[in-house]
Amino acid sequence: MRRVKEKYREGNVRIPSGCAVSGIMNRQGKVFSGKEIIKSISLMRDRSNGLGGGFAAYGIYPQYKDHYAFHMLYERESCRAKTEKFFKDNFLVEKAELLPVSKVPSIKEPPSVWRYFLLPREDKYEELQLSQPGFIVRKVMEINSSIKGAYVASSGKDMGAFKGVGFPEDIGEFYNLEDYKGYLWTAHGRFPTNSPGWWGGAHPFTLLNWSVVHNGEISSYGTNLRYLEEFGYECTLQTDTEAAAYLFDLLIRRHKLPMEIACRVLAAPFWEEIDRLPEGPRKFFKNMRIIYGKALLNGPFSIILGCNEAMVAINDRIKLRPLVAAEKGAMLYVSSEEAAIIEVCSNPDKIWVPRGGEPVIGRIEEVEEKWVSAC
Amino acid sequence: MGFSMLAPEFIIERNRDRCIDCRVCEKQCSMEAHYYDPDEEKVYSREEKCINCHRCISLCPTRALCIKENPQEFKRNANWSRNSIREIQKQAQTGGILLSGMGNPKPFPIYWDNILLNASQVTNPSIDPLREPMELKTFLGRKPKKLELNQDGSLKTEVPPQLELSMPVMFTAMSFGSISLNASTALAMAAKETDICYNTGEGGLHESLYSYGNWTIIQVASGRFGVYQDYLEAGSGIEIKIGQGAKPGIGGHLPGEKVGEEVASTRMIPKGTDALSPAPHHDIYSIEDLRQLIYALKESTRYKKPVSVKIAAVHNVAAIASGIARAGADIITIDGIRGGTGAAPTRIRDSVGIPVEFALAAVDERLKEEGIRNQVSVVAAGSIRNSGDIVKAVALGADAVYIGTAALVAMGCHLCRKCYTGKCNWGIATQDPWLTKRLNPEIAAERLSNLIIGWDHEFKEMMGGMGINAIESLKGNRHMLRGIGLTNRELEVLGIKLAGE
Repeated sequence: MRRVKEKYREGNVRIPSGCAVSGIMNRQGKVFSGKEIIKSISLMRDRSNGLGGGFAAYGIYPQYKDHYAFHMLYERESCRAKTEKFFKDNFLVEKAELLPVSKVPSIKEPPSVWRYFLLPREDKYEELQLSQPGFIVRKVMEINSSIKGAYVASSGKDMGAFKGVGFPEDIGEFYNLEDYKGYLWTAHGRFPTNSPGWWGGAHPFTLLNWSVVHNGEISSYGTNLRYLEEFGYECTLQTDTEAAAYLFDLLIRRHKLPMEIACRVLAAPFWEEIDRLPEGPRKFFKNMRIIYGKALLNGPFSIILGCNEAMVAINDRIKLRPLVAAEKGAMLYVSSEEAAIIEVCSNPDKIWVPRGGEPVIGRIEEVEEKWVSAC
Repeated sequence: MGFSMLAPEFIIERNRDRCIDCRVCEKQCSMEAHYYDPDEEKVYSREEKCINCHRCISLCPTRALCIKENPQEFKRNANWSRNSIREIQKQAQTGGILLSGMGNPKPFPIYWDNILLNASQVTNPSIDPLREPMELKTFLGRKPKKLELNQDGSLKTEVPPQLELSMPVMFTAMSFGSISLNASTALAMAAKETDICYNTGEGGLHESLYSYGNWTIIQVASGRFGVYQDYLEAGSGIEIKIGQGAKPGIGGHLPGEKVGEEVASTRMIPKGTDALSPAPHHDIYSIEDLRQLIYALKESTRYKKPVSVKIAAVHNVAAIASGIARAGADIITIDGIRGGTGAAPTRIRDSVGIPVEFALAAVDERLKEEGIRNQVSVVAAGSIRNSGDIVKAVALGADAVYIGTAALVAMGCHLCRKCYTGKCNWGIATQDPWLTKRLNPEIAAERLSNLIIGWDHEFKEMMGGMGINAIESLKGNRHMLRGIGLTNRELEVLGIKLAGE
């Protein structure tokens, strides 16, 4: 990996990026290997430049379903010692192990990658009067901001993020993703304008069970950042993906909004559309925009959000980035390009281009639909 | 008039080849700077009376007039400027407080001019307002922290009353009394036409303007002029004026000469009496008193109007603004040191307060740190000169801005800064019927609307250029700003990076 000066490292500077995204899920929760998602994302090699690739996978750790699975990137051995002490102070460590990786010629000087299955110590989160997820969020932020050279790649249950600097197919090979089986996979190939300088900036960005892969450059970033800071989030990476993940966390986990509404917040309907709606929905969306104006993501993006129960794909409201979706039986596909879907599903039942701001939501079937309508 | 040491400030050059002695200049000048000599049948000028308001120049049919600053120099002195000497001469002559009209003319730094905007290139597309929707709709008022839904998914959260504006601009508080009824009417008409708001100022609301209520913010200042139930309910918002950028710490003074029949009945005071607003509100000596007034106003209007509190930008503005938010205000208005006025003591105008750019950045930052920024609206005022200033103000953290001087200029003001004399030749800052009839409200309203419409186009172009198509995404978006020619500390307070970073 090319060395960059500390001041130009991602996190210290903001790096615009173009990207490829792909997501595949089985809505019945049946698991399949990482081979397909690698195939899909690698078709869009032109959309990345070898400076970032990554995957999120759900359903990969059924034997540790109740544990928080921490994927850690360490730049130095000393960071690991510090982090593991931090873990011991705050968690019960069920298992700590090196993540199995392969040697891939194109991947240079990878950080050491470790995996932990943790349970938060009750005395610790009780003392802080935090919920378990709230405690995890705080601890993840503490590690990322205070232990230099250590980075939490993912921290959710029964899921994990696998990311790094390289083309996505090489990253997939590096992490042996063909050996994992999950029911929901997302992938990202990155085209950053500058060397990120380390692996943390690659996608997916995750928080708890959320994972976000994203293609675009959000022009509202400065506004979103300040809005999130008001709710205690610290955006340390200076990436749009991080901001998008925190917004989903705020809206869905903390403000308890249904996914559809959260998507509407991020890609809000235009006032001229709202004005045409009947009284009920009109008032709903008006109030929504008044309250969540600063959570609107502006500028070009296509985002795939993964979580244990669902996959959500969404475009900016004037569709400045590509996004295609397809269905075949229980399978749901979303991708930057139609070809990347056809590559892994040659004959889908339905294939369509979602409109700007119109979310594609795939749910695991037993998950009950809580939200009915806005009016 | 006795002997005066004051040399005329201006020289009036009359081109005798062009002058036809038609006496238009004489009739137009309320300052009596031109006179007719019947014996010679010629028009002459009294330069010591000229205020350089351009009225005679604009109306002279043969373009015979030209007014210049008097080039007469004092002996060169780096310490004692011409202005410092003249001010002493004036005070030595009269023994009074020096008065000034309009905003600060001193060469204070204008930080807007040291801030540059961003535009999209390659990595994300700029958005063309001619082809794509571009949203400037602005809501001012208290915002709930989150949206809550009922079990069935229907809306639970009600949003408190908001001012709804077509773009983030309003006409600032200028009272009837300080300006003419024609000027007030023009502001009201233009606000309605462009769907923004104007502010009554502290002089009450003339009965002819109640029909513009939807586009009106009524003001309650320390003098409480013209405040009664119908007035409180007349507008779509209420503003408590604590202070003003041009004169922090003191109240407004309207001399009795300006208090004619109409002004007197609107202000509910006897005709011809001085209308003196006390420096503080006599029921607000602390932050908890402010809370009582805010809630008294909310109670008396049944919580149907957002309440704004306007303060001058002073040193501790961030903490004060935070207190105002906690006291229950829905909107906080901050007026900077370069803000305008009809009349202010010169020393106060030129020495008290801080620039609005710093105040705004500090307030936005503090409210964010307190976790309450999104719950209140912040309005910036104090010499917003063009649409670029507004874009920068919004990106620095303002929800909207007030314009005063810019609106007056649109109507015809030439910034001669003699508003306090009540002799405004353009019919704006006067109550003299001979002068006020010079301002046609319809024409002035059209000029105001044109200004707002032009700014609206420019704003959309700049915002689209940044790749943003809704104003919400520009608010506090300091990533869109870079400083130039600023010190590290200045950049730090403004919360922006240096150009090139």
